Amino acid sequence: MRSIVLTKGVPDFSEGAVSFDEEGHLERGKTPTVMNPNDAFAVEAALQTKVRHGGHVSGMSMGPPGYADVLQGAMESVYTDDSYLLSDRELAASDTWATAITLSAGLEKYQEEVEEIDILFAGFKSADGETGQTGPQTAWAMDWPIVTHVIALDIDPDERRLRAKRLVEGDVDEIETVEAPLPCVVVTDPEFEPTYRKASHRLTHKRLRAETEQRAQEHEDHLTTWSQQDLNLDPDYIGLDGSPTIVSSVDPIPKAPSEREATMIDPDDSGGMAEVLEAMQPYAEAGE
Amino acid sequence: MSETDTDREHYEAVVVGCGPGGAAAAARLADHGIETLVLERGTKSGSKNVSGGLIYGEESAPYTLDDLFDGFREAAAERPVTDYRIHNVAGNKVKTYDLTDLHEHDTDWCDAVLRRRMDAWLEDRVHEKTSETGGGVLTNVRVNGLLRERGEIVGVTCDELDPIEADLIVAADGVNSELGREAGLMDWEEPDEWFQGVKAVVDMDPAVVNDRFDIDDDEGVAHLFSGDLFEDVRGGGFLYTNEDSLSIGTVFHLDSLVEQQAEPQELLDALLTHPMMATWLGDEYDEREYAAKLVPDSKKVAHPEPYQDRLVLVGDAAGQMQAQGPIIKGMNHAVTAGALAADAFAVTRGNADPAAAGRRYTQMLEESGTMAKLRPRRYEVSRTLAERDVITNVVDRVLESPLGSVAVGNPISNRLLQRAYNSPFLVSMLPDTSTGYVTLPSVIGEQHGRTIHWENEVEPPTLEERIGDLTYDTDVGNPHIELRDESVDASGSAVYACPVSAEDFGGGCYRSEEVKRNGSEETVVSLDTQPCVECGTCAVVADTEWEHPRGGKGVEYREG
Repeated sequence: MRSIVLTKGVPDFSEGAVSFDEEGHLERGKTPTVMNPNDAFAVEAALQTKVRHGGHVSGMSMGPPGYADVLQGAMESVYTDDSYLLSDRELAASDTWATAITLSAGLEKYQEEVEEIDILFAGFKSADGETGQTGPQTAWAMDWPIVTHVIALDIDPDERRLRAKRLVEGDVDEIETVEAPLPCVVVTDPEFEPTYRKASHRLTHKRLRAETEQRAQEHEDHLTTWSQQDLNLDPDYIGLDGSPTIVSSVDPIPKAPSEREATMIDPDDSGGMAEVLEAMQPYAEAGE
Repeated sequence: MSETDTDREHYEAVVVGCGPGGAAAAARLADHGIETLVLERGTKSGSKNVSGGLIYGEESAPYTLDDLFDGFREAAAERPVTDYRIHNVAGNKVKTYDLTDLHEHDTDWCDAVLRRRMDAWLEDRVHEKTSETGGGVLTNVRVNGLLRERGEIVGVTCDELDPIEADLIVAADGVNSELGREAGLMDWEEPDEWFQGVKAVVDMDPAVVNDRFDIDDDEGVAHLFSGDLFEDVRGGGFLYTNEDSLSIGTVFHLDSLVEQQAEPQELLDALLTHPMMATWLGDEYDEREYAAKLVPDSKKVAHPEPYQDRLVLVGDAAGQMQAQGPIIKGMNHAVTAGALAADAFAVTRGNADPAAAGRRYTQMLEESGTMAKLRPRRYEVSRTLAERDVITNVVDRVLESPLGSVAVGNPISNRLLQRAYNSPFLVSMLPDTSTGYVTLPSVIGEQHGRTIHWENEVEPPTLEERIGDLTYDTDVGNPHIELRDESVDASGSAVYACPVSAEDFGGGCYRSEEVKRNGSEETVVSLDTQPCVECGTCAVVADTEWEHPRGGKGVEYREG
C-alpha cells in the first residue's frame, strides 16, 4: 500500500502557547506552528494501513519552509517514511482552491516520479481555517472517489477496495459502511481510532517506532522540497492570484458582558485578601 | 474482507508476564531459536512488580540472571550485599547477630534490586532477543484466560488482542496468576499459605548511604529485624541499601495478620519509628513509594507438578518462593524455573504429546534440586511436630520462664544461637509459630541486648498520603475486583489486612459501613478498587471475584 497523508501547520492554539495582541488578533510570529490536530487522525489511519498491510507512507504539506518541522513531527509521532514539502513564495496566500490545485500537482508529480498512490489521507478540517474544503477539492482535482468522516477502515489489497465506517451526525447519529475502489481519498473523523488486535500488528508497530526514532532525527535526509517551477504550475492558478476567495474582514466576536460586578484583588495585597476571606466567611459557616 | 476468526495467530511459545521468570524463559526460548511472544500487562515491565529487594545468584543453581543477561548486575541491580545482620528486638533492647555465614551459604552473588529499574531493563533485553526469532515483547496487554479446544489448552485469550494459539504457554504472571487458577493448579484459599509484605522506598543520597552504613559505593547492607517490634504478629522486617535509597519493609504470615487484626502499614511504621532506626534514617525522612505484595510460602504451595497440557507455571505463579528462615528467595528460583521450562520445551519439541514439555520441566525442577529447596522434605516432618499448638505453648512457656530465659541468656547460648541462626538446615526447620518469630528473638533481645536510647524523629506518611503519592491509571467504571459477599464474617478481614485500607479510613479499598436494613442497623463491607495495589490479599481473606485490571490500567510502580 502506498499512502500519502496531507498535513498542515497551524498556530498552536493550546493554552500557554497561543499569543494574541491587544485587539485580540493572533500574533503568528509569537505563536509556534504545530501539526493541525485533526491531521493526527489521518496519520494514525495511514499508520494503521501500513502496519496491517505493509507499504510506505509519505507526508505531504504545502507551506513555508518551516512546515518541514510539522512533517518531521509526523515522522516522529506516526512513523511516516519520508516527507514532501511544496514550498514557494509564489504559493503564499493560497485559498483552499489554489491549495488543492497545488497539492494535486504535487500528487501527480509523486505518481510520475515516485510511485502510484493507493490512498490519500486527509484530516477533517484545519484548526485555523475551519473550511474542510482542501481534502474534497484535492479529490476532485485528482478525479478520485472520496470517503469522509471515517472512523474505521479495512482494506482488501487484492481486490483493491476499501471498506470504511462513516460517522453520520444528524438528528440521530448513524454509522454508515461504504466501499470504494482504490485509489481513494479518505478523510478521517476525529472519532477515528486505530485498532491493533493482532500481536503481529503490535510488534510491527513497535518495530516501526524504533526505526522511526532514528530516521526522524535525520529528517532533512528524507525531505523533498518542490518549488513552483518543479511543479510546473501556471502562476495564474496558484497563490493569491489563483485564489477566488478573499477574506475581506475579520470581526472578533465580543465577549458577553459579565452580569456581576467584579473586584480585582492583587493576591499579594493582604488587606484585599482579608476582604475576600471576610466575604467568604458566611458560606464557610453555612457549609459546616 | 477483514481477517476471519479461523486464521488465528500462532506463536511457538507465548510467555505471560515479563518479570524475572518470564524474562528468563523468553531469553532461553530465543536462545533455542524458538519464536516467542511475551505479553506483559504493565505499561512497562516492573510497573506491576514489587519485591523486598534481594536477588540471589546461587552457586548450585543451573541458571542465574547474570548468566542469562550479560551485564545484568552492573546495569540493572543496586548494591551487592556485603554485610548481613539480624536484630533481635525486645522493647528498646536489641541484640544483633551477624548472619553473613547463612547469607553466603550457596551464594555466588546477591544484590539489592528495585523492580521497576530491573524489570524494565530485562524487558528491553528480552525484546531484542525474542525479536530475532520472530517474536517480541508487547506491553499493556493482559492475558485474561486460557484458550481451549475440546477442553485442551491450546493458547491464551487477552483483553486487548484476539485469541492466540501456542505450542507452549509459560504462565509467569505472578503471585496472583490468573492462568494458574483457571487451570486449577493454584488457589487463593488458605491465609496460612501466604505472607504479605509491605515496603517503603526511602530517598537517600548515595554519600549519606555510605556514611550512615559505613560502606563504599560498591558495598551494601542487609538488616533483618525480629522480636516484639510487631507485637504478636508472626513475621519480621528488613532494610536493604540501594544506590540512592533504602528499601525498608515488613513481611508477615497472612493468617497471623488476620488473627491479630493487624494493620500492615502500622507494623511497617513500628519498624520505621523504632529507636534503633534513628542513626540510619536521620531526621529527614522522604518516602518515595509505598508498595505491597503477597508472597507464597513454597513449603506449602509450590506446585510439585506445575503444568497442564501446554501450560507451565513458573515463579510466583507456581508458588516458587522459598523462605529459608529469615532469608526469602524468590526471584532466583523464578529465573531457574523459567529457563528450565524453556529448555524442557526445546528438548521435547516435535513430541506429539502436548504435555511432554511440562512433564520434562517437572523432572528438571526435581533433578536440579530446585524443588527440594522449595519444598524441603525435612520441613514436612518438623511441621507436623512443631506446629502443634501444644508443643509451641510448652516451648514458649519454657522460654518465657526465668529458667528458660537464663538458659537462652547465658554467654554460651549466645554463641550457639548465632551459629544456629547461621545454619541453613536449622533455619529451614524453624516452625511457623510465634516461637521463632517473636518469643525467641525477644528473649534474646531481652537477655543479650543493648538498650538503645536514640531519639527517632521519623514521621512516616499517613496511609492517605501514601496512596496519594502512588500513580494510577484507573479503569473508570470497570472495577477489576468484585465483592461477592459484603458481610463482615466473609470479608471484614480485608478492612485491616488490605495494605491500602484501614479501620476508620474512608479513602482505602475496603471500608466498614453502617447501613439500615429493615429497620435495624447492620455493618457491611464495601469496596472501591481505585487505590488498589493489586497485591491479592483480599482474594485470600475476603470473598471476591478477583482479576487483574486491563493492560496498562491500575497502579504503576515507579520503584517496585
